[in-house]
Amino acid sequence: MEQSNNLQEQIEMVMHLADNSLIMGHRLSEWTGHGPALEQDIALTNIALDLIGQARLFYQHAAHLLQMQDDKNCLTEDDLAYLRDAPEFKNFLLVELPNNDWGNTILKTFFFSCWQYFYYKSLLNSADEQLVAIAEKSLKEIAYHVRWSSEWVIRLGDGTPESHDKMQHAVWRLWPYTGELTADKPELLECWRQKVIEVFTEATFSTEEKAYMHKGGKQGIHTEHLGYLLAEMQFLQRAYPGCTW
Amino acid sequence: MNIQLRKFFYGDIPEGKEGGATVVQKHEPTIPLWEVFIRSKQGLDHKHAGSLHATDAKMAIENARDVYTRRMEGVSIWVVESKYIHASCPDDAEMLFDPANDKVYRHPTFYDLPDEVKYM
Repeated sequence: MEQSNNLQEQIEMVMHLADNSLIMGHRLSEWTGHGPALEQDIALTNIALDLIGQARLFYQHAAHLLQMQDDKNCLTEDDLAYLRDAPEFKNFLLVELPNNDWGNTILKTFFFSCWQYFYYKSLLNSADEQLVAIAEKSLKEIAYHVRWSSEWVIRLGDGTPESHDKMQHAVWRLWPYTGELTADKPELLECWRQKVIEVFTEATFSTEEKAYMHKGGKQGIHTEHLGYLLAEMQFLQRAYPGCTW
Repeated sequence: MNIQLRKFFYGDIPEGKEGGATVVQKHEPTIPLWEVFIRSKQGLDHKHAGSLHATDAKMAIENARDVYTRRMEGVSIWVVESKYIHASCPDDAEMLFDPANDKVYRHPTFYDLPDEVKYM
């Protein structure tokens, strides 16, 4: 009994990681062809692809675990990504929020990448070898995402009055969604905060200490934005089931 | 300085003879151009890969990583601002390069190279 509980918990955790990467990756992919300059367009598209690649590994692993739980279960990574509805997705609210402007997208990427970095580091001690392997591979990508987004947060925050202003609005807009990232992993909070404060200090922002924090993503209670995102992402598989090209 | 530009976007159906929407483009401060050199393998030299825009060296290296090493092309990156590159003048080409045309003896083709030496 305890073992099946553990397996259920493990599946939920892997699905949560998969959903985070997929939804974040899909959001960032919306910038493809719309970046402010060719160089930035490619940079962000690279990151989106990294994240979708991570999502695939997690979904494949989840599908495997689901089969361990129930022999008859033959869901694939594609079913998990394309045939579930919003309440079944367990990603953080932060990643489903609209991209808004460039600064907002950058800040979202920064908050998320920092969380990923410390969370995946903690995964390296997991007993699940597959999870360790995915974390190890992903950490190289994430280290670069953290570096790239940090540079941009600093460049925009400490840039012109207009860029600082836009960035400041992004901080106000997104900060209330950061509480969820470390809510049930308090030991990550300190590492995450330290990194954010280090970058924010250079970017001339202050962190807000006592903001109201939104939550619900991990319980499947989402913002209205996720439905629209899924409608676009899942349209093809829903309209033409099993279609390939 | 504002420049009046007539832009046609993909899918635009031109209305009347003018067509397209008129967009006022602000004259943006230009971002410097950088030349990118990539070393594809330890032991080989850096080769010119192309150019890109960036505001400083750090950003140039990051952009170069994203634009020019996505398909495992490199193990090391050099960038240099394009304005620091000095080029020979095309008008001088005859004087500079033609005299080498008939001097095959300058090619070290008279040596037998061991097979292990791959990059000569």
